[in-house]
Amino acid sequence: MEGRGVGPRQRARDQGAAVEADEQSLVERARGGDLAAFAALVERYKQRAYYAALGLVGTHDDALELSQEAFARAFRARRGLDPGRPFYAWLYQIVRRLCFNFNRDRALHRRKLEEAQPWLVAQRRASYADGDPARTLERERLRERVRRAIEQLPDFEREALVLREFEGLRYREIADLLGIPIGTVMSRLYAARRRLARVIEEQGGRKETS
Amino acid sequence: MNSSEERERLRRLMMAALDGELEDGERAQLEEALERDPDLRAELERMREVRQVTREMTWREPPPEVWQEYWGSVYARLERATGWVLVSLGTLVLAGWGLWRLLREIWSEAALPMWVKLALFSLLLGLVVLLVSVVREKWVLGRRDPYRGVER
Repeated sequence: MEGRGVGPRQRARDQGAAVEADEQSLVERARGGDLAAFAALVERYKQRAYYAALGLVGTHDDALELSQEAFARAFRARRGLDPGRPFYAWLYQIVRRLCFNFNRDRALHRRKLEEAQPWLVAQRRASYADGDPARTLERERLRERVRRAIEQLPDFEREALVLREFEGLRYREIADLLGIPIGTVMSRLYAARRRLARVIEEQGGRKETS
Repeated sequence: MNSSEERERLRRLMMAALDGELEDGERAQLEEALERDPDLRAELERMREVRQVTREMTWREPPPEVWQEYWGSVYARLERATGWVLVSLGTLVLAGWGLWRLLREIWSEAALPMWVKLALFSLLLGLVVLLVSVVREKWVLGRRDPYRGVER
């Protein structure tokens, strides 16, 4: 695609990086087919889109692919963009739809996540071991089980949990993003956490019997 | 309010308490409920443990080059999509034209037995039926897609 000189892709990226307009103006320009403005929107939201997809599908390569595909689809459907609404809320609808379809396809074809690297890791500041290697290991195992349990959650529950716990959104923000009442957000969170609580209880039970 | 609605309300309050989103007055309501219901207290404790574990976890960071190459990959997708549309369009037009010419040639060929012409007609008709069937199946499946409502 790109030759030795500055190709259109590079030019668009450079122009995109240089654009310092507010989002509304970027969206309006992107609607008109301005690639530089769209590149600026991609720069602005690529990390959020990637992590949103990662939270929903749990594998790096798939999250990258799905988030990039979401941007590509967003550009193709740009005429449906409303400059008065936040761009990310609109993009997120595309990301989640792609991810849910992907998960459904993965379930149908019984594709496994086992080979993939864990998409969640321990916080650097997380220290619950008190220098005790046995407790450290036990805690690591618990986190691993909880991570796997998150991967098994129904899509809507997983989504609510990820948005709250790992993206740090407040209930109002989640409700706005998903277009659902706050009460539904809380119910989904409750359902997700109840399932995770069972996993923790099982681990506790096993520890006692061993 | 019946008991199941009350239960649901308390569950929501528990979530709000865990996430620091309790509003004025709700804390007292929750505390009162916890006071009189040991099962609810136990459940809240279990939820606290879940919250504790999930708070210890964070995203695995992707390699930094992912961000540098991100826009390039999006751009390539856009470009390829345009290419595919043009290729598909050209192929369809050319294939249609070629098929039409071929059919006319064969049909006007007097030396060709009628059964060969009929077999050809049957083959083409069958292909059309299969194509329509696949398209219709896709369309029906799309209408029953449980996630259709996800898109605004």
